[in-house]
Amino acid sequence: MSEINVTLTRTPDITDEIAEDSVAMPALLGPWALMWRKFRRHRVAYVSLWVVVFIYGMAMFGEVLTTTNLEETNVRAPFAPPMGIDLFVENADGTSNFLLHAKGLKLELNRVEMRRTFVQDPEKIIPLGFFVKGHPYKLLGLIPMDRHLFGPKNPRDRVYFFGADRLGRDIFSRIVMGTRISMSIGLVGVVVSLVIGISLGGISGYYGGWIDNIIQRLIEFIRSIPTIPLWMGLAAAIPLGWPPLYTYFVVTLIVSMIGWTGLAREVRGKFLSLRNEDFIVAARLDGLTDWEVIWKHMVPSFSSHIIASLTLAVPLMILAETSLSFLGIGLQPPIVSWGTLLKEAQNIRTIIQAPWLLIAPGSVIVIAVLALNFLGDGLRDAADPNAH
Amino acid sequence: MPPIQMPTEPLLEIRDLRTHFFTDDGVVKAVEGVDLDVYPNRTLCILGESGCGKSIMARSILRIVDAPGRIVDGSILYRNAEGRTVDLAKFRHGSRELREIRGQDIAMIFQEPMSSLGPIQKIGKQITETILLHRRMSKAEAKETAIEMLARVGIPKPAERYEAYPFELSGGMRQRAMIAMALSCQPRLLIADEPTTALDVTTQAQILDLIADLKDEFQMGVMLITHDLGVVAEVAEDVAVMYMGKVVERGDVFSIFENPQHPYTRALLQSVPRMGIARRDRLPAIRGMVPHPLARPSGCTFRTRCDYFMPGICDKSEPPMIRAGDGEAACFLHMEGTARD
Amino acid sequence: MTDTILEVRGLDMHFAIGGGLFRKPTTVVRAVDDISFDVYRGETFGIVGESGSGKTTLGRCIMQILEPTGGSIHFTGQGREPVQLVGGDRKKLRTIWRDIRMVFQDPQSSLNPRLRVIDLVGQCLRKSEGLKGQKLAERVSVLLEQVGLRKEFLLRFPNAFSGGQRQRLGIARALATNPQLIIADEAVSALDVSIQAQTLNLLQDLQDAFDLTYVFIAHDLAVVEHVCDRIAVMYLGQVVELSTTDELFRAPKHPYTRALLDAVPIPDPRARRGTRKRVAVSDGSASAIGCRFASRCPHATDLCRETTPPKRSVNGADVLCHYAGEI
Repeated sequence: MSEINVTLTRTPDITDEIAEDSVAMPALLGPWALMWRKFRRHRVAYVSLWVVVFIYGMAMFGEVLTTTNLEETNVRAPFAPPMGIDLFVENADGTSNFLLHAKGLKLELNRVEMRRTFVQDPEKIIPLGFFVKGHPYKLLGLIPMDRHLFGPKNPRDRVYFFGADRLGRDIFSRIVMGTRISMSIGLVGVVVSLVIGISLGGISGYYGGWIDNIIQRLIEFIRSIPTIPLWMGLAAAIPLGWPPLYTYFVVTLIVSMIGWTGLAREVRGKFLSLRNEDFIVAARLDGLTDWEVIWKHMVPSFSSHIIASLTLAVPLMILAETSLSFLGIGLQPPIVSWGTLLKEAQNIRTIIQAPWLLIAPGSVIVIAVLALNFLGDGLRDAADPNAH
Repeated sequence: MPPIQMPTEPLLEIRDLRTHFFTDDGVVKAVEGVDLDVYPNRTLCILGESGCGKSIMARSILRIVDAPGRIVDGSILYRNAEGRTVDLAKFRHGSRELREIRGQDIAMIFQEPMSSLGPIQKIGKQITETILLHRRMSKAEAKETAIEMLARVGIPKPAERYEAYPFELSGGMRQRAMIAMALSCQPRLLIADEPTTALDVTTQAQILDLIADLKDEFQMGVMLITHDLGVVAEVAEDVAVMYMGKVVERGDVFSIFENPQHPYTRALLQSVPRMGIARRDRLPAIRGMVPHPLARPSGCTFRTRCDYFMPGICDKSEPPMIRAGDGEAACFLHMEGTARD
Repeated sequence: MTDTILEVRGLDMHFAIGGGLFRKPTTVVRAVDDISFDVYRGETFGIVGESGSGKTTLGRCIMQILEPTGGSIHFTGQGREPVQLVGGDRKKLRTIWRDIRMVFQDPQSSLNPRLRVIDLVGQCLRKSEGLKGQKLAERVSVLLEQVGLRKEFLLRFPNAFSGGQRQRLGIARALATNPQLIIADEAVSALDVSIQAQTLNLLQDLQDAFDLTYVFIAHDLAVVEHVCDRIAVMYLGQVVELSTTDELFRAPKHPYTRALLDAVPIPDPRARRGTRKRVAVSDGSASAIGCRFASRCPHATDLCRETTPPKRSVNGADVLCHYAGEI
């Protein structure tokens, strides 16, 4: 066809428009910038974003925060209670100095319970500081370091911010390290669900017909199986002798088995509603193949919704892993995850005598799940064009 | 001389109404100083294109403007059946008097019938609910009244349709049902916001006839908002033309169409294709575009598109409404000392 | 000399609804039923109807977005052999879609809000000519200028534009591949009155400059009278009248066309027709036998209700009525 070099006789109304902008148009934001602005207005979600960032930071750089080596036991401090952080030291003459420290513990006979329990020992002062030397580790698995963000100034002192467990292991450090496993299972599980969910949901929604029928019935079938027995069955199938890493991945897969169905349904719904939108038809008329239409037009269209859904799916994964490990059919010790930590708080005696075994990991789980849920809510509202 | 006399008092007097939207990008002055009067048993058509603020103005009357918008200034004086005048703009959101006036004294119908008909309730029940809210009668009497209204608006087999859900009716029928609901309490003023825009031309004609008949029967005042010049010519007695939040011209329908005074009205009338006129000539279009609401031109907001723009005058200050022709127009052309032919 | 660019014969688009996993469909909706017409090169052919008339479905059938259930559509490119569109190779369609382009009704939903102007308008050029980067930007800039938009808008998102500007982007997109035929599906219906005029002028200018043929689908009779050379009036899936614009408005022959013209409000208060006789309300059903307009036609007879009306020619117009020319 000939090149476009025909000069159009300009219509007066349009020429003037080109000369216009005597009243300038205000700079308008693109769609992503608009969404970010809407998101920021949702204050709870915005704060939750930073909490989540912090938690994932903890997952990546956990060793920096820990105060003890993970497996280090201390037979002299089983079930040690949490040590508070004190700021002032009382001197013999009644004055107080500022000193960041924790008070050590000593064993005492508790006449009421007729056993020995730990109480605070005001004479044992353990000074605390920032960037202290401690046990060595490798940052991100690569860089050898031995500085920790916060801990006892004397590397030989032991501090239990959240108390200790049956073997005298520091709960705080174990929680920090457990973050890595628990949060990453959430992520990996979600990525697996994403891939399966978008593929099957997309095929279902885009092509419709009998393939849609089959996939939807499959989804309904999977969803109708009771979750816990299904997980137990699958977990029981894991050979006992497998190395922890393998079990980890299999547990992830198990947890994402159910997760993908929800996402697939959502994706299918979005495809169905988008299929007949004019801009999708226009894309096909522009000569794009089905594949290009799906990935260049449809998926970006609802990507914000998917991000929101994923963010809301992560806490479900975390809770799933926690539940499985708590029941003893997920991850096993010596792998440290929030779930395995909770497992140690399984009997009443422990809970009564050492409630921190339950409260500490439990609170962290609650905070993480809440933060992710708020974040997901905020994202979903920001992505929805109808919300204020 | 205006051909129609207006002996009675106006039902509604709007003075200097201003409704602004406080958005993240700035303040959108959707309604910026509107003066209007609505008389009983007369139809006032508000003519304007999208963005002129006509819908927001109507919603301001009934105080149903959504956040981040609110009325910032002006008064909406409503004269009720006893002759007492209340200022609707001053009521608190959700106050009892406001809720009583809504539906009972002033009713509103919208472009999209599904916006006032709940999808999961039968239409008969929705109408009866409205009646029971505002009038004292038993449930049985309310049901009878509802069926009568359905018949009155031209829905065939009204007793059967009473039990129908909105989705079972066609677009035209739904619009009639909405009119039935709006008029079930015999309001004194009906506000119709683009009631026929979403309907077919054949249905539109019937709905407009219906509104006109009911106006005569109930002696209502009607404020009909539209962008369609044909609709205005068909039903209006008085016309107010709006542009960027202000009324730019007012008058009776004959003067507006035969002797438009404001350049916008003139340009609008010329740019519309009409049936029966010589085909395939270029349409004299209004040049340029409506300015972005956040970038209101100084002075007269129409000056960026006006063929009669007078530098130094039109961009300096906003033109007041002045007598022009048989009505009024907000244009410096008609002021003494600046008049040009 | 009539050079036909598009020849439609016996086009059907029937939808079977009410079926399920194991049930047969219960009803057939004849959205487009046995439609035949020709479109001549260089003209503007109007298709007018109300909702439910099938005009949008017809437009989509011509574009092959929907696959017609019967009939044929032949498209004859300049200097080339006619190509049968119905039932043709879907791959070949991609080439046809460079010669036949579409402008959509809704400026909001016809542009992907997440793509920039250069991608929206230039997407088809990427596919058809493999243009990228600077070359693509240049081509798209030229297109933008032709529809009266500034080059600086290349990287903006659709939300930065007004409805009228967005519609112009849609027109630029349609022009990108130098098409011969453009289907304008209610292209000005969603625009403000004053913008409609600008857009109609633009469409006419483009037609003159590029020798375009338009199929103009609309429901606004005044607009259609202004731009079209010949008009087909549709009712419930059928073309009830087809004639030149002048003849249609001077002397409408089908009772539906008359009812339609009668119902259009005229922007002249002196011509008020408030007491006009209105045609009966449609009850939404389409009978399978006889004339589809019979239930609302003031002249209907038993013949009308029982026998499908033939297509008759009166004064050069095709009318689908038993009594064409007599009433």
